[in-house]
Amino acid sequence: MLSKEEIEIIALSLKVAFASVVLSAPIALACALLLARTTFPGKTLFDAIVHLPLVLPPVVIGYFLLVVFGKQGAGGAWLHDWFGVSFAFRWTGAALAAAVMGFPLMVRAMRLSLEAVPPKLEWAARTLGASRLRTFLSVTLPLALPGVAVGVLLAFARSLGEFGATITFVSNIPGETQTLPLAIYSLTQSPSGDAAILRLCAVSVLLSLAALAGSEWINRRARRRALGADEGAR
Amino acid sequence: MIEIDLCKRFTSARNHWASASRQGELNGVEARFSSAARVLALFGRSGSGKSTVVNMIAGLVAPERGRVVIDGETLFDSECGINVPVEQRGVGYVFQEGLLFPHLSVRQNLQFGAARRGGASAGVPFDQVVSLLGIEPLLGRSAPTLSGGEKQRVAIGRALLSRPRLLLMDEPLAALDTGRRSEILRLIERVRDECNVRIVYVSHSIGEVSRLADDVVLMNEGAVIACGGTEEIFNRSDLRPYTGRFEGGALIEARAVRHDARYFLTTFAFDGGELIAPGVETAIGARVRIRIRARDVTLATTRPQGISVRNVIEGRVAAVEDRGGAIVEVRVRLGASESEHGGRELLSRISRQALDEMQLVAGQPVFVLIKAIAFDKRSMGFTT
Repeated sequence: MLSKEEIEIIALSLKVAFASVVLSAPIALACALLLARTTFPGKTLFDAIVHLPLVLPPVVIGYFLLVVFGKQGAGGAWLHDWFGVSFAFRWTGAALAAAVMGFPLMVRAMRLSLEAVPPKLEWAARTLGASRLRTFLSVTLPLALPGVAVGVLLAFARSLGEFGATITFVSNIPGETQTLPLAIYSLTQSPSGDAAILRLCAVSVLLSLAALAGSEWINRRARRRALGADEGAR
Repeated sequence: MIEIDLCKRFTSARNHWASASRQGELNGVEARFSSAARVLALFGRSGSGKSTVVNMIAGLVAPERGRVVIDGETLFDSECGINVPVEQRGVGYVFQEGLLFPHLSVRQNLQFGAARRGGASAGVPFDQVVSLLGIEPLLGRSAPTLSGGEKQRVAIGRALLSRPRLLLMDEPLAALDTGRRSEILRLIERVRDECNVRIVYVSHSIGEVSRLADDVVLMNEGAVIACGGTEEIFNRSDLRPYTGRFEGGALIEARAVRHDARYFLTTFAFDGGELIAPGVETAIGARVRIRIRARDVTLATTRPQGISVRNVIEGRVAAVEDRGGAIVEVRVRLGASESEHGGRELLSRISRQALDEMQLVAGQPVFVLIKAIAFDKRSMGFTT
């Protein structure tokens, strides 16, 4: 039903989306933790910067990435010299663009779930001999896990749909940076692409629905656990 | 031995933004006391800074300056730059809300601290703690399904199993109903007697404190008013504004001497006389601390006849405390002798009219009448 090229496009999109959440999840968790549990000068500014990709035009983000992480960009040159990683016109660049665009969604969900963990539970763990790190790993993170997972899933779904920043940063190269939305866009430019567009749109809808359903399922399970707990206490 | 000298100012954003700090809100806490008691109580009304002090002892709240020394080991000293992290202080903490980890089973909660402090000291074995607290049937349950009393038992067990050198308890009964309260209080007494752990107990309940504590630190508005033996503090008349304006009374240390199986009564002896109270299940010779509320004590100038009151004790008026109004308080030294020294003092609350009619003055012999059933079993603190 799907042609070989179409399957490759879907596989590339999943690869890009997967790489983008793997890249951003630890950083997002650290930012969420900073925002949920600490106060520091400039916290409001930090919060605003984290949320910038949500409100800026994606093209602006893409251009910014191009300037910083492109071949001539300071960040891009440094990463290339030291780690041999390059972003320009590569699928890794698409993943970076998707990661940046999905970042605020991820941080928001994680922050909410971290804030829902009572700090006094962490106190209790500390008085029982657990270090800060162990307290985080054995108490805070397990309790915040549903929210963290939802954040990752939302960012994943967002990455699958990333268009503006990606096309600005790494262009639209079939087999390298042409993800689902970019492929659909290209097909709209050609006169005979209607059937293919419909097929790719259907896949897009299915993948997004699956991600949303997944996050809803996690939320329901977490809520049911909390409710069941309340009933048990009565 | 606990030696505390702590100072903490509150300059939080909350206080900054509120133009003037709200009525009753503390500007800071300053506490200096030391005690070698098995159970030391921090006593004072809510908002007097008690919890802040225990949080500073635990290392959860950072003091501005001061010292915390427990059994010779310095946990905090601002001058020497010592600040042992919370997890290395060896201080167990039982919170008001229990605070069990909701994602873990009861057994996992109990083992949380035990696993992290292996080998430091002998401690009390797992099985002994579990049977002491009667929580065997709960081990497989998940923490959120427990009732309030059950949660608090597990919280006490969890803290004990982390082998603390000091157990902090911050109003552990406040979230429980009356029935559960006396049940948990009995357990805390057993923990004190059987687990050989020093306890710092925070409470605003005079009943709990007079039943449990050996020493009391009296706090008011962020400062320590007095520190000393429980009996001394609660019987000191100058501290009465802080210890029992509404619930004045006297503490008496006594010993169970007789059980009367026929009438279900127990007789307690103290230096100054004997008291008959409803029967309690305790060994003969057991020490008990009884709190006698001033309003339960009646005075008579002659020995009354044909009366239902079981306890009629001879004594002498020590002082009449008159603060105006309809009620006056009379301190009576128990015992028939005229000696100024020795003998327990009781507090009696009578109407001014009665005082004038009886013409009570210091030194006058009186009979003190206390109904046997006035003793609340729950307010009796037994020690071994």
